[in-house]
Amino acid sequence: MKILITLIVLISMNEIQSVSAQEIKTVNFAQLKPLLHQTNDTTYVINFWAVWCKPCVKELPEFEKIRKAYAAKNLKVVLVSLDFGAHAADRVRKFLDRKEIHAHAIILDDPDANAWIEKVDENWDGAIPVTLIYNKEKRIFLSHAITSAELSKTIDRIIN
Amino acid sequence: MKKLMFLGILLIACITIQAQGYKVGDIASDFQLKNIDGKTISLADYKYANGFVVIFTCNTCPYAIAYKDRIIAIDKKYKSKGYPVIAINPNDPELVPGDSYENMQKRAMRKRFTFPYLFDARQEVFKAYGATRTPHVYILNKKDGKLVVEYIGTIDDNYKDASLVSKTYVEDAIDALLQHKKPSVKFTKAIGCSIKSKG
Repeated sequence: MKILITLIVLISMNEIQSVSAQEIKTVNFAQLKPLLHQTNDTTYVINFWAVWCKPCVKELPEFEKIRKAYAAKNLKVVLVSLDFGAHAADRVRKFLDRKEIHAHAIILDDPDANAWIEKVDENWDGAIPVTLIYNKEKRIFLSHAITSAELSKTIDRIIN
Repeated sequence: MKKLMFLGILLIACITIQAQGYKVGDIASDFQLKNIDGKTISLADYKYANGFVVIFTCNTCPYAIAYKDRIIAIDKKYKSKGYPVIAINPNDPELVPGDSYENMQKRAMRKRFTFPYLFDARQEVFKAYGATRTPHVYILNKKDGKLVVEYIGTIDDNYKDASLVSKTYVEDAIDALLQHKKPSVKFTKAIGCSIKSKG
């Protein structure tokens, strides 16, 4: 009986945890690439960032706002972190929790960046933040930190 | 009126040129920047150099930190062969306090930099070169008294782990120049911290 109670408590604790914190997957570029070329009806907002990058962190709440504001418009926000080093996934998860950002996040861990930067966009020089906004018809790459107004204007241009 | 228009066009042309920075094959400008020891340094001071490994880098960027030992190793290996490293911090310390001149001095002392570490206080040099991130490497080769840009890009193909590097872009480029050949890879891209500037 005791064991059963312990088990139930354990399981419920687990569930509480999974609600508050997302598990962050680490992928290489080959694994990330399909996400940059979806042909469904969703509009994708893909932001490349890192916890250490000051302008990235500053603009990050804008993506959370957009995610909520466009929830009914078939928009998916994905935060692609370029953090590296020990416990990168942990650091990113804790950071997003603290900032109350619940957008889908993944870590891109592929150190031969010269091989893949151009495949994201040929005009990208490798500095972050950058943001790719696309659907099956249109594609806009913003190679600078965005403002709230610019972000929603660009998304509207893609959607409409 | 015509004169004004001409001036306007000239101005736009200048701005465009500045924004683009150098491409491989361009002639690079010399500069005068303050080193961490207080002395002002120009590339012209290095009369016996065959060229330079100019690296825009800083104290704070994780990529610059990951590469610091490799930058020291490149300087040690190639200075005696005529290609010294010239490191330049392009960041505005008002935006990144960790990249102040005093913090540059501390960092260079602690890490025993074997090369000059210059402060681009007016942020003119990185703009002229077209550097956008740290670290960002420009290999210059002296030819007929001019500095020709022969390579622009990253140091190698693995910022995370020096032991897993398979392509040593910068070393390969200098090795080619030492044999009076053109580098086979002249341009690479890398993830890096954007250079912090108010405008």
